[in-house]
Amino acid sequence: MTAAPLHLLGERLMLDPSGALWWPARRLLAVADLHLEKGSALAARGALVPPYNSRATLERLTRLVRLYRPERLLLLGDSFHDGKGAGRLGAAEREALAALARLTAIVWLAGNHDPGEAEEWRETPLIFRHVPRGETGEIAGHLHPKAAVSIRGTWVARACFVADSRRLLLPAFGAYTGGLDVRDPAIRLLFPRGGRVFLVGKDRLFSFPLAAVGPLSEAQPRAMSGA
Amino acid sequence: MTRPVPVPKPTLAPLPAPLAAWFARRGWQPHPHQRAVLAAVRANRSALLLAPTGAGKTLAGFLPTLADIAQTPRAGLHTLYVSPLKALAADIARNLERPIAEAGLPISIDVRTGDTDQASRRRQREAPPNILLTTPESLALLLSFPDSARLFATLRTVVVDEIHALVGTKRGDQLALCLARLGTLAPAAVRIGLSATAPFPDRLAAFLSADGRGTGVELIHAPPGAQPQIEIRLPEGPLPWSGHMGLLAAEEIYRLIRAHRSTIVFVNTRAQAELVFAALWRLNDDALPIALHHGSLARDQRLRVEAAMASGKLRAVVATSSLDLGIDWGAVDLVVQVGAPKGVSRLLQRIGRANHRWDEPSRAVLVPANRFELLECLCALDGAREGALDGDPPPPGGLDVLAQHVLGTVCAGPIHADDLYAEVTRAAPYASLSRKDFDDVVRFVEDGGYALAAYERYRRLFRDSEGRLHLADERVARRWRLNIGTIVEAPLLKVKLGRGFGGAVLGEIEEYFVSLLNPGDTFLFAGRLLRFERLRETVVECSPAQGDDPKVPAYAGGRLPLTTFLADRVRALLQDRSRWQGLPPDVAEWLELQRKRSRLPGPADLLVETFPRGGRWFLVAYCFEGRNAHQTLGMLVTRRMERMGFRPLGFVATDYVLAVWSAEEPRDIARLFDEDMLGEDLEEWMAESSLLKRTFRHVAVIAGLVERNHRGGAKTGRQVTVNTDLIYDVLRKYEPDHVLLRATRADAARGLVDVGRVALMLRRARGRIVHMALSRVSPLAVPVLLEVGKESVATGEGQDALLAEAEAAQLLAEARGEAEPPAAAPPPLRAERPVHPVHRANVARDRKRRPGGIALGTQGRATLRTIRSRRQDPLPLSE
Repeated sequence: MTAAPLHLLGERLMLDPSGALWWPARRLLAVADLHLEKGSALAARGALVPPYNSRATLERLTRLVRLYRPERLLLLGDSFHDGKGAGRLGAAEREALAALARLTAIVWLAGNHDPGEAEEWRETPLIFRHVPRGETGEIAGHLHPKAAVSIRGTWVARACFVADSRRLLLPAFGAYTGGLDVRDPAIRLLFPRGGRVFLVGKDRLFSFPLAAVGPLSEAQPRAMSGA
Repeated sequence: MTRPVPVPKPTLAPLPAPLAAWFARRGWQPHPHQRAVLAAVRANRSALLLAPTGAGKTLAGFLPTLADIAQTPRAGLHTLYVSPLKALAADIARNLERPIAEAGLPISIDVRTGDTDQASRRRQREAPPNILLTTPESLALLLSFPDSARLFATLRTVVVDEIHALVGTKRGDQLALCLARLGTLAPAAVRIGLSATAPFPDRLAAFLSADGRGTGVELIHAPPGAQPQIEIRLPEGPLPWSGHMGLLAAEEIYRLIRAHRSTIVFVNTRAQAELVFAALWRLNDDALPIALHHGSLARDQRLRVEAAMASGKLRAVVATSSLDLGIDWGAVDLVVQVGAPKGVSRLLQRIGRANHRWDEPSRAVLVPANRFELLECLCALDGAREGALDGDPPPPGGLDVLAQHVLGTVCAGPIHADDLYAEVTRAAPYASLSRKDFDDVVRFVEDGGYALAAYERYRRLFRDSEGRLHLADERVARRWRLNIGTIVEAPLLKVKLGRGFGGAVLGEIEEYFVSLLNPGDTFLFAGRLLRFERLRETVVECSPAQGDDPKVPAYAGGRLPLTTFLADRVRALLQDRSRWQGLPPDVAEWLELQRKRSRLPGPADLLVETFPRGGRWFLVAYCFEGRNAHQTLGMLVTRRMERMGFRPLGFVATDYVLAVWSAEEPRDIARLFDEDMLGEDLEEWMAESSLLKRTFRHVAVIAGLVERNHRGGAKTGRQVTVNTDLIYDVLRKYEPDHVLLRATRADAARGLVDVGRVALMLRRARGRIVHMALSRVSPLAVPVLLEVGKESVATGEGQDALLAEAEAAQLLAEARGEAEPPAAAPPPLRAERPVHPVHRANVARDRKRRPGGIALGTQGRATLRTIRSRRQDPLPLSE
């Protein structure tokens, strides 16, 4: 895994291929949109999808925390798929969360799907929150950005970071989180002067200008999670 | 194909008076095979009738019912008719109404399909007609209602039409399960199967039978109709080397249309249909009424074309397999098959669409589009003359369809798992279903069937103290009824002419194709040249376009695999020099040249040629196993080449050969094609492939794991969905042996990638691989080399490698100062340094020897232009 550096308002940030943000100077790790217990939310509506998404998401998160050893772990909202999600968490997943809390200080920001300890987290010169408002220095989630790139006649679509010189959007981290095309106005209007996307790969990120990405293709039916 | 006509038993009682009088008035006699069906049914036996088109199959199917009710009029459902086509059910109803009215029989008929309105559906369940005509999906729905036992209690006969088209498909699996259910609800009912002459009649009989093994089914063969008259027509000039569109023959086809009353022009893909139609239209100086018919067109338009054809208003219709089945059109006097027929049975079926009088020969013309297709046409012709039938035996039933059926059955009422198991194993596709697979499917239906028992409170079923399965909640049944069916389509978008609210819907097109269009691009659809304006939600807004440089719609699907039978024959033809005399001189010369320069593929060996060309190495394997199998093989071989250090760059698969190109010379060919690649590489490759993910999506929808995506895109805000690719990844990690993953692997292995054929081929070729290391391209390899670049699959360690390449290209462009160019233009392949340049002398000699002016039949625009200008391109093989 090779993280890519990104400079935002003079701060050096590392974008991890897992979709997390690492701020070495403040020993701060941030991830967005875990959507824990989305599986059980679907099951309640009759779609009995595999119940392993919380486990998968927490395992990946734990690996990251063991790797970076952050002092603080910021969860940028929609950590649970819905307000009652925490109550549905299984015993093993509950224990995984507790173990995580012993390794680092977790800050739960509020999302539009779940309540949190706070609406935003300010760490000058940056502001972390769930829904982006277009402010300078803002780091947000909520939109689940995803982009497709055309190469040799095929399209490869991946979740991605979107950044310009003032703000950064994180991809959704959860195992069952779909994506929103970065060409959608909801994302495009946040970057009026263009920007770059960083598509997540197995070991590294792949960077393209925002203007160079294509539409999400057949492989990616619009599966947004109501975000 | 002479089979004895069964003689009706002398004991056959006469028809009831009104029916006999009706026959007499018309001066008709029931055919012997129609009487044979009647005799079987009267003896309480089921019957499978194999008959060519026009042999009176429909009457044979209904004669027992008409006779029985005429004898003893009664209320209640007597006969259920199931057809794969809605239109066919409606048409049969109309055709039956006439004899019933004319003979004054007290018989009520009704149709129930997806188009039937709510009020009629309710009426049908409250006061059922004597004869109900329906489709497999509608039958499954009927069986899911709690009153189904009452509805079907009076059932005496089940008629399954076009049974050969259902067996071996998921719709067939669904119908077989429904028949097993009917066997429980109405054990006395007999079954009548109506089929075109087909291979594996025993399998059809098993499918029809009450025990899934063929017991109690009488096989009745109608006498074969007159031998069809089939000929092959070649376009003027030398036969093209590659291309599948067959547009060079447009003039010939047009002449044929002009010389006949009514013609069906069959093609193999929807894109080809659009192009052939456009080419004919260009030539249509006489303004003949010619129409277009394929599965992407709007339903209204298809119905209009069918109606015009039925009433004899059309001189020709260009069609895909969308017209393989269907209502009889008496007026059709010629069938043209453009491109390779891909199978003898399919060819005969298509030919049978011409001239529905079975005692007169059908007329057909085959128009091959390239040299290999000519060989295939010749072999298919021989096969058809011999009456040989081909096709693959039906695979075991899908576990996803079983899951849908299990829930549907419980919707109708509680049932014990043991009873249900006994019942479903009476359906032929599930005759050898293991109890473990069954139990896993039931567990999946109950609570998802996961090892982690997290969904106790969301159970769909519960078991009572006696072990019977009950529905947990009526909402489960409602949800099931909305998601029933076994056809899962790619996300589709409507194509509309005009903007905003007005404008006509022309049909539907795959989302994938639209994602490749930019506003202003033109494409052929529904026989028109359209200009893409914009995409609004799920509507593709278009305007009429001028000019003639279209992008062709690249519809997914529609490619038919070559049957093994036909592939073997083509291989045999290549071997048998004595048969080359019948070939056009340029084709015979081509084969002769191959024999001298390299060698011809033998009947049992596997010929592999390697040669350098244009700074790359090519490997061409003559497997003759069909495109799907070659795709799979290509993936596996390139993976192995990568490991052996040959640096493969890409490959292309046709129905006949596989061609791979690489940076290094491939050596140790026997090792490369060793059988063990199946075990070692296949699992890994399959699991990662996008193909398996797509298969999983289908399985997940059919099994009811996720909801059917009604009309792609736009979902309401409250609907929560999750991409099945994500589910697939999670499930594969935590429960690799889950029943849905097993169903997915089985599906992928049986149809889409043809692993079975690859395995057989590799086993056969063991120790018989003939490697020809050549200094230059061989004549037989020319066609596939011309396909290179048109469509090819990049190799490399998956998508990440592609992304890295795209990124590098982008960086380079930025470094050059080209500001953010669009991503569409692919960068060149890796730096291509000549590895082993071909001898200049060879090239010069090749050029000298080459006969002048070999026509290059290619796809799409090139050929459209060629038709206009009559320009004949030289074979582009100069280095």
